[in-house]
Amino acid sequence: MNAGRQAVATTMAQMDTPHAPGQIHLDRRSQPASVRISGDWTLARYTVLQGELAALEGQLDDSISVDMAALGELDTAGASLLAQLLGAQRLSDWAKAQETLPAARRALLQTVGEAMQSWRAPAPVRQTGAIRAFFAHIGSAMEKVARQEWALLGFIGLTLATLVYDLWHPQRWRLTPLAAQIEETGWNAIPIIALLTFMVGAVVAFLGSTVLVEFGAGIYTVNLVAFSFLREFGVLLTAILLAGRTASAFAAQIGSMQANEEVDAIRILGLNPVELLVLPRVLAMLIALPALTLVAMFSGLLGGGVVCAMTLDVSPTMFINMVHDNVAVRHFLVGIAKAPVFAFLIAVIGCAEGFKVTGSAQSVGEHTTSSVVQSIFMVILVDALAALFFMQAGW
Amino acid sequence: MNTPAPQLAEAEVVIRVRGVCNRFGKQTVHEGLDLDVRRGEILGVVGGSGTGKSVLLRTIIGLRRPQAGQVQILGEDFLALSDEHRVRIERRCGVLFQSGALFSSQTLVENVAMPLIEHAGFPRPAAEQLAIVKLALAGLPADAAHKYPAQLSGGMVKRAALARALALDPEILFLDEPTAGLDPIAAAAFDQLLLTLRNALDLTVFLITHDLDTLYTICDRVAVLAQKKVLVVGDLDEVAATDDAWVQDYFHGPRGRAAQQAAAHGRQGQ
Repeated sequence: MNAGRQAVATTMAQMDTPHAPGQIHLDRRSQPASVRISGDWTLARYTVLQGELAALEGQLDDSISVDMAALGELDTAGASLLAQLLGAQRLSDWAKAQETLPAARRALLQTVGEAMQSWRAPAPVRQTGAIRAFFAHIGSAMEKVARQEWALLGFIGLTLATLVYDLWHPQRWRLTPLAAQIEETGWNAIPIIALLTFMVGAVVAFLGSTVLVEFGAGIYTVNLVAFSFLREFGVLLTAILLAGRTASAFAAQIGSMQANEEVDAIRILGLNPVELLVLPRVLAMLIALPALTLVAMFSGLLGGGVVCAMTLDVSPTMFINMVHDNVAVRHFLVGIAKAPVFAFLIAVIGCAEGFKVTGSAQSVGEHTTSSVVQSIFMVILVDALAALFFMQAGW
Repeated sequence: MNTPAPQLAEAEVVIRVRGVCNRFGKQTVHEGLDLDVRRGEILGVVGGSGTGKSVLLRTIIGLRRPQAGQVQILGEDFLALSDEHRVRIERRCGVLFQSGALFSSQTLVENVAMPLIEHAGFPRPAAEQLAIVKLALAGLPADAAHKYPAQLSGGMVKRAALARALALDPEILFLDEPTAGLDPIAAAAFDQLLLTLRNALDLTVFLITHDLDTLYTICDRVAVLAQKKVLVVGDLDEVAATDDAWVQDYFHGPRGRAAQQAAAHGRQGQ
C-alpha cells in the first residue's frame, strides 16, 4: 500500500509534463477522505473516466475534499464528469471559491456546473409487453387509416367546392400553372407510357398466340389484345404509372412548401391554397390522364399488332379490320370513362398527402410514399368495382 | 487537445485565406479575398446582405470549391487534402449553420450525440449523457432534449445546433448568425457562453453576425466584407474609423452608437 502511494506521489511530481492521461484517485486514509484529480480530463478520455467514476459510486460523500492541483487539460466533457463526481451545485460553488485556479478554468467549471444544476434525468420510457404493443399497433394503424380516409373525403369536398366556385369566376382561372402542370404530368410522360404499353401489348399478344393457337383460335389474339387494352390495360397501366410519377411529385412539392411555411404564407396573403396549388394540379390530371390513356391504348394495340404480324402472319390491314369489325365502341368508352375518375383520385390524394406534411424531411418522405401507395390502391379498388358494375350492366 | 501543430507556430494563424474568388455564373461574390484568423481569437465577420459572408464560411469549411485561391485550415491546404485527412481536420471544426440544420428525423439528443458516436467512438449511452450536458450548456431545458427539431421554436433550434457544433469540443468554431432569432437575454447569455468557452478551451471562433452587441462585447477583431473582398480587418476602433460609407453607417448609425454605449457601460460596470 505504501509503495502504491509512493507511486502516486511520483506521478504527481511528473505532472508538469503536459499530456498525462486523466486519472482519479481516492485517498480514504486522510481525514476527511480526498479525491485527487490529475491529468487531462478531455473528450478522448471520457469513457475511461466515466468507468472509473462508476466504480467509485457510493464511496463518496459530501464531506470529501477535492484536489485538482494536478489537473491538466480540461474541456466541457471533462467538466461534466467533474460535475457528476461532485454534484453540479457543489462543483460550481467549489469553483467559485478556488482563487488559485486560472479565471478561465473557474468560469468553465462554473458554467458547466450551473448548466447541469437545472438538469434532471429524463423520466424513463415506460415499457409495455410485446403482445400488448402488437395489438396497440394494429389499433393505432386502423385508427390512422380511418382518419386518413375521412380527411381525404373532406379534402375531396373542399376541392370540388372550390372548383365549382371558380367555374363561375373566370377571372380566377389560372391558365399558366395549368398549362405548366399539363406539360409536366402529361406531355413529359408520353414516352414512358408509350414504351411501357407497347411492351405490355406485345406480351399479351405473345400469351394469346401461344395459348390460343393450341385450340386453333390463334386469330382471336387480335380480339384479346383489343379488348384488354380498350377496356382495362390502357387506362389501368396509365393510372398506375401516373400514380407513381405524379402523385409522388404533387405530395413532395406541396409537402416541402408546407414544411417551409410557404402554404401558411399563401393563406396569410389572403389567397386560397386549394385554388392556387390543388386546382391546377387536379385539372391538369383530368386533361392529361385521359389523353395519355388514348396514347396507351394505341401503343398497346401497336405492340399487339407487331407481334401478331410476326408470329401469326396477321397483316396490319387485317388487324385493323378485325378490330373494327369485332370490337364495339362501347369497350373503348368503358375504358376511357374511368380515366377522369382515376385522374381525380390520384391528384387529390397526392395533394392531400402534401398538406399533411409536418416540418421534417422524414415527414415529406412518409407522405410521398403514402400518396403513391394510397393512389395505386384506390385506382385498383375503383377499377375492380367498375369491372363488376360494367359486367352486371352487360356493357 | 489544443496542441498547436508545429507548422502553425509562425504566427498562430489557424485559418489562412488567400486570393479566393467565388463566382456564381456571371455574378462575382469574392475577388482576390484574403483573410487570416488567429488562434484563440473571436473574429466577427460583418457585411451587408449579399456580400458573401455565408459563401466565405462555406468556402473555408470546404463545402464550396472557389474558382481560384487557397484556403488553409490548421496549416493544411483544405482543398488539396485526401478525404481521410480532411475528415481529421473536419473533426476539429464545429459549424453552426444559419438555420440550425439539425437533422429533422432525430431528437435533439440524437442530433448532438451523433458526432460523439461517429467520430469519438462513444457508446450510445455515454454519448447521450454527454449530449444532454451539451444541451444544458447551450441553455436548453431538460424536457426539450427528447423532442424533434420541428417541435421547437427557432431560438431553441439555434441553441441545439450550437450544442451539436460543440459536441466534439472543436478547436475552431464557425458560427453563422448565431444570435439572430434569439431574444436579447438569450443572445447575451450566448455571448457569455462563447466567451467562457473561448477563454477556457482556447477556441478560435469565426463568427458571422449582424448583432452589434455581440460585436462590441465579445469580438477581438472584426472583418468587414465589402466590394468583393475583406475591406478592413482589425479591432473595433480601427474598423469603425475606416473611411468607407457603409462602415460609417454601420458603426455610427443609431444602432451602432447604442451598442457602443452599452458596451462601454458594461465595461465600466465591471
